Amino acid sequence: MAESNWLIEFPALDDATLRAFNRAVDDAYLAFTRTYGAAIEDAFTPLLRFMVWFEQAMLGAPWWLVIAIVAGLAWTASRGWTLVVLVVASFMAIGVMGMWEDTMRTMAMISVCTLIAIVVGIPIGILMSRSDRLKSGVVPVLDVMQTMPSFVYLIPVVMLLGLGKVPGLLAVVIYAIPPVIRLTDLGIRLVDKEVLEATDAFGASPWQRLWGVQVPLALPNIMAGINQTIMMALAMVVVASMIGVKGLGQPVLRAVTNQYFAMGVLNGLAVVLLAIIFDRVTQSYGRRMQRYRHESR
Amino acid sequence: MSPAEAGGANGANGAKIAIRDLYKIFGRAPASVLPLVRDGIGKTELLEQHGHVLGLDAITMNVREGDVHVVMGLSGSGKSTLIRHLNRLIEPTAGSIVVDGDDVLALAPPDLRAFRRHRASMVFQRFALHPHRTVLGNVGYGLRVQGLTRPQAEERARVWIDRVGLGGFEDRYPAALSGGMQQRVGLARALATDCDILLMDEAFSALDPLIRTDMQDVLLRIQGELKKTIVFITHDLDEALRIGDRIAILRDGAVIQEGTTPEIVMHPADAYIADFVKDINRARVLRVKAVMSAETNGACGPVVPAQATLEEALTFFHSDPSGRRPVHVEERGVMGSVGLPEILRAVERPNVGPSDARASAMT
Repeated sequence: MAESNWLIEFPALDDATLRAFNRAVDDAYLAFTRTYGAAIEDAFTPLLRFMVWFEQAMLGAPWWLVIAIVAGLAWTASRGWTLVVLVVASFMAIGVMGMWEDTMRTMAMISVCTLIAIVVGIPIGILMSRSDRLKSGVVPVLDVMQTMPSFVYLIPVVMLLGLGKVPGLLAVVIYAIPPVIRLTDLGIRLVDKEVLEATDAFGASPWQRLWGVQVPLALPNIMAGINQTIMMALAMVVVASMIGVKGLGQPVLRAVTNQYFAMGVLNGLAVVLLAIIFDRVTQSYGRRMQRYRHESR
Repeated sequence: MSPAEAGGANGANGAKIAIRDLYKIFGRAPASVLPLVRDGIGKTELLEQHGHVLGLDAITMNVREGDVHVVMGLSGSGKSTLIRHLNRLIEPTAGSIVVDGDDVLALAPPDLRAFRRHRASMVFQRFALHPHRTVLGNVGYGLRVQGLTRPQAEERARVWIDRVGLGGFEDRYPAALSGGMQQRVGLARALATDCDILLMDEAFSALDPLIRTDMQDVLLRIQGELKKTIVFITHDLDEALRIGDRIAILRDGAVIQEGTTPEIVMHPADAYIADFVKDINRARVLRVKAVMSAETNGACGPVVPAQATLEEALTFFHSDPSGRRPVHVEERGVMGSVGLPEILRAVERPNVGPSDARASAMT
């Protein structure tokens, strides 16, 4: 019996060995978190402070001021009234249905996550576009980040940093950063070779070439990446609520566990409205930035 | 009189740009096959047996200061490769390029940038404007790269925009302009940097024939005042003859003939060039100065300018076809004379091929 036929059944390691393997990995990681956990947590303290400050600012501001600011952003981005009306109506609906506070928390979270994704992601994308070797190293990592079930990397993050805002932030950024990196790289690689040749012919330095030509011409793609990043961050907000991130995700989670249908749908719709607003505002800003392409003769 | 004489201080033989023995081989290990190329291996043989492409083959060429030096050849002849060596957008496999006594190939990256900013600017076949900049921004780009502030760059850019006839379009984006207007921007961008060398890579080839002639006029007019040293690449013989002071003809990466327009037209070096020039209108391309003799005795009647084309010169013989007319060279006075026989001889199509002769005999 013990000598089962390996031609029929896969010759897997026996249970005891596997248990020992998992235990060894867990113990090693646990030891790592015990040794360095506090230091790493300290390193994230400034981020946590900023996060808390930003959330308090959004919660503390009067509702009409928040709506006015977002509507102003929408106007700047699109120069059209449609988007402004959409923004005001959405926020009114959210407020009337009693989801204002959760929505503000989620917006604060998304804004900070997107900001981090941009600040970290665009330089990585730029470096990637300049070196094929770096690209071949980074792309598999991005693939793992995007395909690994998000619950799985919640575990090490929580083991390391516990529950709360910072681990939630990390989880969201890890999940949402790949598009901005990928599209920055793509956008820069797609810049017309002849335009770059002309730029070189006039003696531009690498720095002048990057910021004066490559990045501006890659901006439509970069904006598309930022847009995708925001959408993915919003999708992750519900998952992140499992590790204590406050906001629209928590009522959804409560609704799922308690079968509160109406509550689930309402909060879900609030996430959808936020997604639509973020999407339309960033897209119309991206479109307006490349209006030079469409100017008629 | 000629700018070439004024530029005699440059280089050993008065050349503004001196190219010596320049080779460019494309492939994985160009240096390894260079000896074979030097021993005269053919282009096809090199490709088939060694997997390398011969781009430039022992180019030696002098560009005199103030000349429009045309490099002509069909596609694949290496002319665009050659012009990109002059500002090192392409690195050569071997050879030397000396501009005003400086070895361009020895420049370190910062010096090369300075060279590109201040000494040689370029105009491209497909314009290569910055789509995200306005006309003003594009024309001022070279100046911004040089380190000028935005107001300074814009002030100088406006002057050049007016010079190329684009006044009023300063705030438009390239996408809103026609091809001819875009190339005016390209030309203004190159001129604004105040470099004394202008590299033009098939600059007018992408334009409609009428607009092309128009742009040639713009260039010739500006060149008449500025006397820049222009290296002009083209595949169009009429264009080469129209604007070139000297013409180099390239085939398979090698210069097969170099000379002034009359030299090329009247004494083609081989059958390939003869075939090239056989159909052109000599009366319009050749000028009196190319056929005149130094003899002034016996010349009478109206004075013919040396710059006149033979076609224009014919009108001076309406009243008396047999006599000789004095020729006036600009800034130097009457320097010789011209008669109808030598004009007719120059206009005659040389080496009419046997096939043509047979065809006309049979009809």
